[in-house]
Amino acid sequence: MNSELRELYQSVILDHNKQPRNFREPECSNCSAAGVNPLCGDKVTVYLELKDEVIADVGFQGSGCAISTASASLMTEAIKGLPIEAAERLFDGFHAMVTSDPREEAATSELGKLSVFSGVREFPMRVKCATLAWHAMREAMHQSGETVSTE
Amino acid sequence: MSAPNRASTDCTVGFDAERARLDFPILQRSDSERPLVFLDSAASSQKPNQVIDAISKCYREEYANIHRGVYELSARATAMFERVRETAQRFVAAAESREIVFVRNTTEAINLVASSYGRANVGPGDEVLITEMEHHSNIVPWQMLCDQVGATLRVAPIDDRGALMMDELEKLLCDRTKIVAVAHVSNALGSVNPVAEISRLAHSVGAVVVVDGAQAVPHQPVDVQALDCDFYAFSGHKIFGPSGVGVLYGRASILSQMAPYQGGGMMIKTVTFEKTTYEDIPHRFEAGTPDIAGVAGLGAAMDYLTEIGLESIARYEAELLDYATDALSKVPGLRMIGTAPNKVSVLSFVLEGVHPHDVGTILDQQGVAVRTGNHCAMPAMEHFNVPATVRASLALYNTRSDVDALVEALLEVREIFG
Repeated sequence: MNSELRELYQSVILDHNKQPRNFREPECSNCSAAGVNPLCGDKVTVYLELKDEVIADVGFQGSGCAISTASASLMTEAIKGLPIEAAERLFDGFHAMVTSDPREEAATSELGKLSVFSGVREFPMRVKCATLAWHAMREAMHQSGETVSTE
Repeated sequence: MSAPNRASTDCTVGFDAERARLDFPILQRSDSERPLVFLDSAASSQKPNQVIDAISKCYREEYANIHRGVYELSARATAMFERVRETAQRFVAAAESREIVFVRNTTEAINLVASSYGRANVGPGDEVLITEMEHHSNIVPWQMLCDQVGATLRVAPIDDRGALMMDELEKLLCDRTKIVAVAHVSNALGSVNPVAEISRLAHSVGAVVVVDGAQAVPHQPVDVQALDCDFYAFSGHKIFGPSGVGVLYGRASILSQMAPYQGGGMMIKTVTFEKTTYEDIPHRFEAGTPDIAGVAGLGAAMDYLTEIGLESIARYEAELLDYATDALSKVPGLRMIGTAPNKVSVLSFVLEGVHPHDVGTILDQQGVAVRTGNHCAMPAMEHFNVPATVRASLALYNTRSDVDALVEALLEVREIFG
């Protein structure tokens, strides 16, 4: 296996693909949004329970490739309990990491475990996979009316 | 990846794939890159020097607008253009060259028929019959037509091998059926449909038959008169010609009754602000300046295939498909999608526990180019209950060593995903 592939399919990603965390619709979810990638047929729905500007609970369902499934799974772990604003910042940081120029050092310091996705930068065709659940998460927050767009 | 060992195993009578490969510059790439194992010709095929040179020659030596200038260069370009029409006529064995309409691609050809023939001949309560294996380009135009005129779209099902269920198709035919639109070969499954039999059944209820031939023409000789279809569409870019140009064959007696699809230059006889009279077929359907150099390239592509001989290409590819089917069956956890008894060129499959998109990325890293996704055939994917497949498609330039490279790369996928 070449080094780019090893970077892309790290064991954490393979593990979350096989056993996705929070793969469920939370009982008290009050907003959700679906992300679809018609190119490859990936579908993911992200459910949020927002309470007092905080993501009290989060889950997801759907089917997709290892990158999109693991990304959704790790995202749910990362944003659970976060204030909406912090989740938005994390979205920006994650997005910047997977779309940044591979020749430059990726800013992964604030992303913790999510930095396993830095290898996606080498595969422009897979950026959509890695960000699908994140876009759905953000849309769900925006639709909830509990938040304003930061754009 | 193992060292290429081609010549020993790839020769079949009458066709030498190794020699054909030399015609395709992209397959010769060496420098620092890996050799290209190109298994995505069903999406678009690579181009031989003969086609590239014909396009270049057109621009360098004989380019001018056609059917317009009185000067010699325009006359030469026009003659070239019309010669290619005759080439296309022979290529699909049409009765007359005026039955050949140049279009952008198969999609445009089908839209032309849906729009021009469809709107004039399909009305409220009528039906258009398609099949479950169709490409979106042979679904959506009919859906749009049915919505516009108040007709109903009917779908003939496929069985679990991906073969069209002819008895079901027959049951769906009735006097309300005005159009039957079918793929000659399924792009997602490789299944070959019995078009001649479908024509017979459709004609018996008075329906016309529209054939999406995009996936058939690169692999086997096509005879529209033997198929007895009323329309037959194909794209240049899938038969080793350029993108942006394709062919619609239409039976003259039907074409000549049809209204123009687009209005503009070239398709008229006289224009006043009160009334326009239209050109005869086929020019009536060729409004505006066409892709002149593209047509030159398409002509070269058809000549190329004719010279090699589609019969021998078909024999060679059938043998290669058998080899590939057998080789893939040995990959652990591989499930073939589309196992119709009569199929060509397409190996669509899923690997247990691995999403096709991941397979595609890992294969690409080994220099193996395949298509992954729903192949613009979502209903067919749904039939097999998969969101997507990996599709390796074969063309005349593929060899057993391409198949071996695919299998080896798939074993690598297994290694990564366990």
